Amino acid sequence: MSPARVGVITFPGSLDDRDAARAVRIAGAEPVPLWHADHDLQGVDAVVLPGGFSYGDYLRAGAIARFAPLMAELVPAAHAGLPVLGICNGFQVLCESHLLPGALLPNAGLHFVCRDQRLRIDNVATAWTSEYAKGQEVVVPIKNMDGCFTADAATLAELESSGRVVARYLDVNPNGSLGDIAGITNEAGNVVGLMPHPEHAVESLTGPTTDGLGFFTSIVKRLVNA
Amino acid sequence: MSQVDSVSVALQTPGQPQPYKELGMQDDEYQRVREILGRRPTSAELAIYSVMWSEHCSYKSSKVHLRQFADKAPQTDILLVGMGENAGVVDVGQGWAVTFKVESHNHPSYVEPYQGAATGVGGIVRDIISMGARPVAVMDSLRFGPADAPDTRRVLDGVVRGIGGYGNSLGLPNIGGEVVFDKSYAANPLVNALCIGVLRHEDIKLAAAPGPGNKVILFGAGTGPDGIGGASVLASATFEEESHKKRPAVQVGDPFMEKLLIECCLELYREDLVVGIQDLGAAGVSCATTELAAAGTGGMIVDLNAVPLRDATLRPEEILMSESQERMMAVVTPALVPRFLEICAKWEIPASVIGEVTDTGRLIMTWHGEVIVDLPPRTAAHDGPVYSRPMSPPPELAALQADSPGRLHRPSNADELRRTVLWLAASPNLASKEWVTSQYDRYVLGNTVLAMPEDSGVLRLDDETGLGIALSLDGNGRYAKLEPYAGAQLALSEAYRNVAVTGARPLAVTNCLNFGSPEDPGVMWEFARAVEGLADACLALGVPVTGGNVSFYNQTGSTPINPTPVIGVLGVHDDVRRRVSMAFAAEGTTLLLLGETRGEFGGSEWAHVVYGQLGGLPPMVDLRAEAALASVMVTGCYEGFFAAAHDLSDGGLSQALVESCLRGGLGCQVTLPGDPFAMLFSESVARAVVAVRPGFEGHVAALCEQAGTPVTRLGMVGGDSLNVALQTAEGAQPLFSIPLQELREAHEQTLPRYAG
Repeated sequence: MSPARVGVITFPGSLDDRDAARAVRIAGAEPVPLWHADHDLQGVDAVVLPGGFSYGDYLRAGAIARFAPLMAELVPAAHAGLPVLGICNGFQVLCESHLLPGALLPNAGLHFVCRDQRLRIDNVATAWTSEYAKGQEVVVPIKNMDGCFTADAATLAELESSGRVVARYLDVNPNGSLGDIAGITNEAGNVVGLMPHPEHAVESLTGPTTDGLGFFTSIVKRLVNA
Repeated sequence: MSQVDSVSVALQTPGQPQPYKELGMQDDEYQRVREILGRRPTSAELAIYSVMWSEHCSYKSSKVHLRQFADKAPQTDILLVGMGENAGVVDVGQGWAVTFKVESHNHPSYVEPYQGAATGVGGIVRDIISMGARPVAVMDSLRFGPADAPDTRRVLDGVVRGIGGYGNSLGLPNIGGEVVFDKSYAANPLVNALCIGVLRHEDIKLAAAPGPGNKVILFGAGTGPDGIGGASVLASATFEEESHKKRPAVQVGDPFMEKLLIECCLELYREDLVVGIQDLGAAGVSCATTELAAAGTGGMIVDLNAVPLRDATLRPEEILMSESQERMMAVVTPALVPRFLEICAKWEIPASVIGEVTDTGRLIMTWHGEVIVDLPPRTAAHDGPVYSRPMSPPPELAALQADSPGRLHRPSNADELRRTVLWLAASPNLASKEWVTSQYDRYVLGNTVLAMPEDSGVLRLDDETGLGIALSLDGNGRYAKLEPYAGAQLALSEAYRNVAVTGARPLAVTNCLNFGSPEDPGVMWEFARAVEGLADACLALGVPVTGGNVSFYNQTGSTPINPTPVIGVLGVHDDVRRRVSMAFAAEGTTLLLLGETRGEFGGSEWAHVVYGQLGGLPPMVDLRAEAALASVMVTGCYEGFFAAAHDLSDGGLSQALVESCLRGGLGCQVTLPGDPFAMLFSESVARAVVAVRPGFEGHVAALCEQAGTPVTRLGMVGGDSLNVALQTAEGAQPLFSIPLQELREAHEQTLPRYAG
């Protein structure tokens, strides 16, 4: 059986694309580089939108990347059930694309924040979190400038009541996110946006932990079983 | 002046007065240009010579001294590219090579801290790209005025944001460096940025334009009015109050463009599309064209109208001097130009063919069809003036050296010792720098094995074999002020040791030499002594200098900064999985102090923090002991003897224990064999504290004996406090105990208080 193929999109200014590809590989799938200017998802089984500063984040973070030709392919595919994970800048692009609700504002302290962040996984029913136990606490790096998750009250209430908050910050809220929200999912559970970087916690040599690997093994397991 | 000052105009108007003095040129320098050209220079030529012969570009005051790095270079076959190129290239084995270089951006960072520091990072990264390497990490060595001085917050906050804003957006992990506060830098901060790049041996690129008929392509950002005159005026003129009027002279960075340039260049290299390449930094197009031409076939024609402009009103002189960021110049064979431009288009990078390589030996530039530059490029790029400036020891030096810290009251009881440990741990220079480092991405690229506050930044180069590197950047202006020869050696010693305590074999050296005005004989003497000390020590330790940077005119009025040679040492890990961290994280490991402690307090953090005193002589240099310690560390780490290792430097054993305990979250029980004040706070060199894994104590003892490194058993790792006792005839007598929580509060609250 050939391994699952997980696409990693490179936008101009993507930075953690190689790292996402490495995490996919370590989890046992084949990473497939996808170029923002193409109109071709190359038949991948899932897609990761990596971290970085697409187009320099000179406008709102993710606001220009959302108009990339490849996004015109990705959005309908995601609505049709393609698993999609947006990490950091990828999360911002997913919000700008309206695949996820809410928005990411500049961090409350107005500083870039890089730290090893404790999180709690609150939803293990998504395509990307099935390998975790509900309530499991993990440590994963966070590093961003615009990480403050915000949404209107109705949206927040909806996210909370339907259990669509995937991960929450513990100990310290590093960016002022409402409800300590670190990540959310769409109604179907196939699209997940996450501000922390699980792809930087997949090897004990280079990460604070290997706690982030579960996001990638979750999708591999799902694709293999599909 | 609307008419173009062409060569023919210059020939017709030989007596026309020219503003060479305003451009920083001396009378005799201007006369030499006239002799070289056989006529007066055009204003465009004057622009080129004035920037290329500035101190910043020509190293005219330092050259005679810097030759020692070549003359005294140790025998080695690890240098694939030596000094003189954009950056040196070092063979690290398995077909891999590393290029690394540090450069100052001091003056711009005072005028406009954010952009000054940001473009400092941008400039050094382009130096690394132009060698054919992928940049893989940055580091920075920063010096500011006193933490509580009124202007420090502005400069510190802006510089840190600038480094973070630029480096984070490039996707380069920031893996280490220094942050130092001292009144000497109050109106003259030091911002020294380092970049590391990795490449295969066969991928090295050089800055040369060979092959007549080959095309010269300028690509990257458009040329605007940024930093005009920056190279000759801003980077070299003494700082006075009116410097704020020069604000527009500081360049503005666009890290997004630079990120695209990195990826674009690497794709161009993969397809082997460039014959030669050079980044545009200080002196912009002037520097790139003269240096490329001088190092190639020798001639070049350039149409300045083909340079893409952001400001259409720029005059040719301004185009030549502009320091607009994120630009590169490549030499490409005509057949490959279409593919070159295609790749630039893929990355949405503007690129224009602006000229062609010739074999005429002349650099000729035209503007609307008229020749405005016609000169032999070597005369601008390499044959600038060279000065042997007068030098003599600074008049105050003898008194300074005579003022030994021996006169200062030392802590004499357990309470005073305990208070001093906390006082030092909370002092701005020794306090946690997390406020700074948390604003830098240390994870991106996924190869960071160790980053600050560890002794070195450690990177994995090869996923399969585990080949890795370690890099440390160190300086100590107080030591160098007391004795510049020793001060430079001590900076090298510390960087060398920092690399070795992680288990890496030290290989090669880079440097950034920050000094006052070379026209001050005292400063020039300090510079000459520091260079001599560094060259001698590199020879003794067998580590060649691969390149460096000199920054003069760091002074306020006539008061120079403390002479501050900042030294970077690169080491190699054959298997980076065997690296050792400074963290005390393994309960029950045995703590040993390696090396000999003498009571050395000249220039120490203790005298600085407690008394604000600087005097006496710095710690004795002992390169033989340093090499011995390194051999113990490299072998011991590789063999797996150590659970933790930390170098002893500023603040001595006291500070090393504090840092290792807090890093790992475990305390320790230490019994000092002699004078507790000297044991805790002396800054003797060639020392490290190691935590030995159970069962390996004998192996370590044997290793140290073989190397001739003294060993002192200190105690054990464990518990949740730092416990210090004194060995007496009656056994160990407890001196004091500090809970980790109390240490943590002292250590971590200082910087946020001043900077936050």
